[in-house]
Amino acid sequence: MDRNPEKSFQDMILALHDFWSAQGCLILQPYDMRMGAGTFHTATTLRALGPEPWNAAFVQPSRRPTDGRYGENPNRLQHYYQYQVILKPSPPDIQELYLKSLEVIGIDPLKHDIRFVEDDWESPTLGAWGLGWEVWCDGMEVTQFTYFQQMGGFDCKPVAGELTYGLERLAMYIQGVDNVYDLDFNGQGVSYGQVFLENERQMSKWNFEVADTDALFDLFNKAEAECRNAIANDVPIAAYEQAVEASHLFNLLQARGVISVQERASYMGRVRDLARGSCEKYAELMAPRWQAAYPEWSL
Amino acid sequence: MADFLLELRCEEIPARMQAGARAELEKLFRREMDAAGVAVGAVIVWSTPRRLALIARDLPQATEAVSEEAKGPPEGAPDQAVEGFCRKNGVTRDQLEVRDVKGRPTYFAVRNIPGRATSALLAEAIPAIVRDFSWPKSMRWGAASLSTESLRWVRPLSGIVAILGEELVECVIDGIASGYATKGHRFHCPGDITIGSADDYAEKLRACHVIVNHEERQDMIRAGAARAAADAGLTLVEDEGLVIENAGLTEWPVPLLGRFDEDFLAVPPEVIQLTARVNQKYFVCEDASGKLANAFVCTANIEAQDGGARVVDGNRKVLAARLADARFFWDVDRKKTLAEHARGLERITFHEKLGTVADKVERVAKLARWLVEEGIVQSSPSSCDGEGDRSPQASGGGAPPSDAGASATSPSQADGEDRAALADMAERAARLCKADLVTEMVGEFPELQGLMGGYYARAEGLPDAVADAIRDHYKPVGQGDVVPTAAVTVAVSLADKLDTLRSFFSIDEKPTGSKDPFALRRAALGVIRLVTDNGLRLPIAEGELLDFFADRLKVQQREAGVRHDLIDAVFALGNEDDLVRLLARVNALQAFIETEDGANLLAGYKRAANILKKEDWHGIEGEIAQTGEEDPLAIVDDPDLKAVIDAKMAERHAKELSYTPEPAEKALMDALDGSERKAAAAIEAEDFGAAMAALASLRAPIDRFFDEVTVNADEENKRAHRLDLLARFRAAVHKVADFSRIEG
Repeated sequence: MDRNPEKSFQDMILALHDFWSAQGCLILQPYDMRMGAGTFHTATTLRALGPEPWNAAFVQPSRRPTDGRYGENPNRLQHYYQYQVILKPSPPDIQELYLKSLEVIGIDPLKHDIRFVEDDWESPTLGAWGLGWEVWCDGMEVTQFTYFQQMGGFDCKPVAGELTYGLERLAMYIQGVDNVYDLDFNGQGVSYGQVFLENERQMSKWNFEVADTDALFDLFNKAEAECRNAIANDVPIAAYEQAVEASHLFNLLQARGVISVQERASYMGRVRDLARGSCEKYAELMAPRWQAAYPEWSL
Repeated sequence: MADFLLELRCEEIPARMQAGARAELEKLFRREMDAAGVAVGAVIVWSTPRRLALIARDLPQATEAVSEEAKGPPEGAPDQAVEGFCRKNGVTRDQLEVRDVKGRPTYFAVRNIPGRATSALLAEAIPAIVRDFSWPKSMRWGAASLSTESLRWVRPLSGIVAILGEELVECVIDGIASGYATKGHRFHCPGDITIGSADDYAEKLRACHVIVNHEERQDMIRAGAARAAADAGLTLVEDEGLVIENAGLTEWPVPLLGRFDEDFLAVPPEVIQLTARVNQKYFVCEDASGKLANAFVCTANIEAQDGGARVVDGNRKVLAARLADARFFWDVDRKKTLAEHARGLERITFHEKLGTVADKVERVAKLARWLVEEGIVQSSPSSCDGEGDRSPQASGGGAPPSDAGASATSPSQADGEDRAALADMAERAARLCKADLVTEMVGEFPELQGLMGGYYARAEGLPDAVADAIRDHYKPVGQGDVVPTAAVTVAVSLADKLDTLRSFFSIDEKPTGSKDPFALRRAALGVIRLVTDNGLRLPIAEGELLDFFADRLKVQQREAGVRHDLIDAVFALGNEDDLVRLLARVNALQAFIETEDGANLLAGYKRAANILKKEDWHGIEGEIAQTGEEDPLAIVDDPDLKAVIDAKMAERHAKELSYTPEPAEKALMDALDGSERKAAAAIEAEDFGAAMAALASLRAPIDRFFDEVTVNADEENKRAHRLDLLARFRAAVHKVADFSRIEG
């Protein structure tokens, strides 16, 4: 692949922003909380509920504590970026739009083999599932493409299309780089490693070795209690934030290796109850407004 | 007559669902045409990732008019009845005809149903096909999905082509109208293509880089991949599943060969193949010596402008990253011994009521050792010749005794040492056989369980017999899988499966109907094949578990051509828990029953049994059964009672007859004397062929007896003796098998 300053990591993000903005998407900013995937952003989960159209695109930093490798693995990071597009209802030309977005960032489908390979998505934590594909570019998965069918245990009416691009992978591919830290970040001499290598080292150490597990357990319990408090007081968005917090605390406890196999299922069940409870409360609270605007719609 | 073309276009259909979708499309099309009265001949169904196509040749232009008539009530019947008849047939009263039926004027409704144009019928059929189509998973999409009642399809449905002859069949489904236009290859020909008829469909698509016939794409992949390998001086490792999957992922398949770093070949070849196949859907290649080569064949969906160099390079990188992971697992796993890995099993629950996997391993290790120490599993694969020191029942109920070692009396000291060494080996292999479950590699590729354990065992220098046993102890997995014969492997494999079965039966977790979450049926089948293929003599189980084995054995033997009624006939004899002996008896019985002697003896047996039933004559067995035994069936299984019966039988036979028997009667008595003795001796020696021969010698005497002797003689003493004689004959046959269970 040709070396091209236009294809720097940040230029790729800007190109995607331009493209999706032109398609009528709101360009949002990352959610200001630690979360495992862009799907947790309220612009995806909560906005997938209800009848109102919703088109948005944003970058979301994704935290996967157990994937940390102290900066020593060329592909694995405990913190990386997802580019997320949510289109509700899913437009009839969503595949064509997506493919155009690939061309915008420099992937020519007559030079590269683009394929839609079955990969359905399910998040028991969010009470959500959808059908779709992982999109392959020359055998590499570059995007997760999902038609949401349910969220928070509710049928999606209408269905939203969700696109999740793995930005580092895509950039490595476009720049022809084998190590994520060698990525050209800005086209002006700054590499991804200069920005993030030290973070990966320190955060891997903290995730795996340093984090105070008693405090994490305590925080988990507090987040759980606060989530229930918020649900009881009809502020489900606040409740949902606590569910996201609990989910990340659970991931940290996993990385510290202090949750046994037997306990694991129980913790996952607790997080699921929080996330679902928040979504349910949100849907219940919003339903009258949605129904007023869309009389043919029902929860 | 005209050909009909239907194309249903949608976003990418999962490859694994396409074969089922083709069958479903043809089934629904035939169903709809059948209901509409349209005769359908040959139908072709094709699929690509983006379309399902059906071509039906020579459909009539219209259905023929038909006249249906229905007979109603007689003239003068109550108005209510006549009106009901009219309503039912959709006619008015003045349309009824009156005809004479056996002298009675009777109403008839005649309905003339005009023929209909096939295109109109198709226009109704297509929406019905789409709405009734059954996918393994389906979804809603788009603005219409505001309601959950909106159309469902495997992925969004985007277009319909429906042409009869050259005429468009007009229909609309959820806003999608049929037309002449379809799409070519997503990247090579993104515009619309106009289809004229079924005849030019495939060729127009071909011109636009779509091979619509899935079989043709499969051929292209098969041949193209083999050629790509041959061009590199290699041989493709054939994989039909991959051929079909890649054909389901492409409309224009282009197999391309790439290379990966030779250093990765240090990883076991199965790992490389699995990584390439499962994650990337690549074929692998072998060199001239049959060793895995550092090459892969991927199947692109484009004719790339640069001949595929970029595509291959991209795929190479992805595979390299995958193989780097695999090599990392391979290196990390080998830093610990299997024994160290095995400690991790203490943290894995086998089943909440059955403890951890480590607990299971402990049980399996004891059982594997016991199987060898008892001489059930021996170092020679053909252990049937036996050592004479062990009758099949000698080991009792099948539970390993705590001090098993002491009971084995071997013919020689050397054998004893061999056996002890073998027992140590079996126990050692068993203790390590599940250790790979906690390795990184098996965590990533669960299907490599066993195999990786074998590799790791060899890498740390364990004996081959131990490594082989770890590798193969899950075998046999399916009906066609190889059955282990190496002694250590047999001991571990058998112990593992028996433990699984006994454990789950002990907590009442048995398969029901189609539910078998712990794969107990497969385990039982594995035990049956291990035991019968290796001629292992052991009491396999008791109670419910034995019944379970009996059922599995019937299923398995039916597939091998053995009649299940014959298995029933042998199982009915009592608690036969030695499968080798049981099958020997069943096989001898089947061979016998298929001879003329066998068929006639069965006929004679049934006749005797019918007479005894009609006369309510139970013979001596019955008399004893009626003297206080609560459950008459219980006597069958009670060896003590059998001895009593035998003694009484002998006593009665020895009694002088109070009359001179007829020659045929005497001949049967003499034949029974000889045959009973011979059959008993043969059964004792497990020579079931000889036991059948002894029965065969009864065939002529029983036939003659029925020809020449009147059983229901007027004299009561003659009648009683002859009925007893028949009962004796029946009992003699029952010693070999319960002929009442045999069909025909």
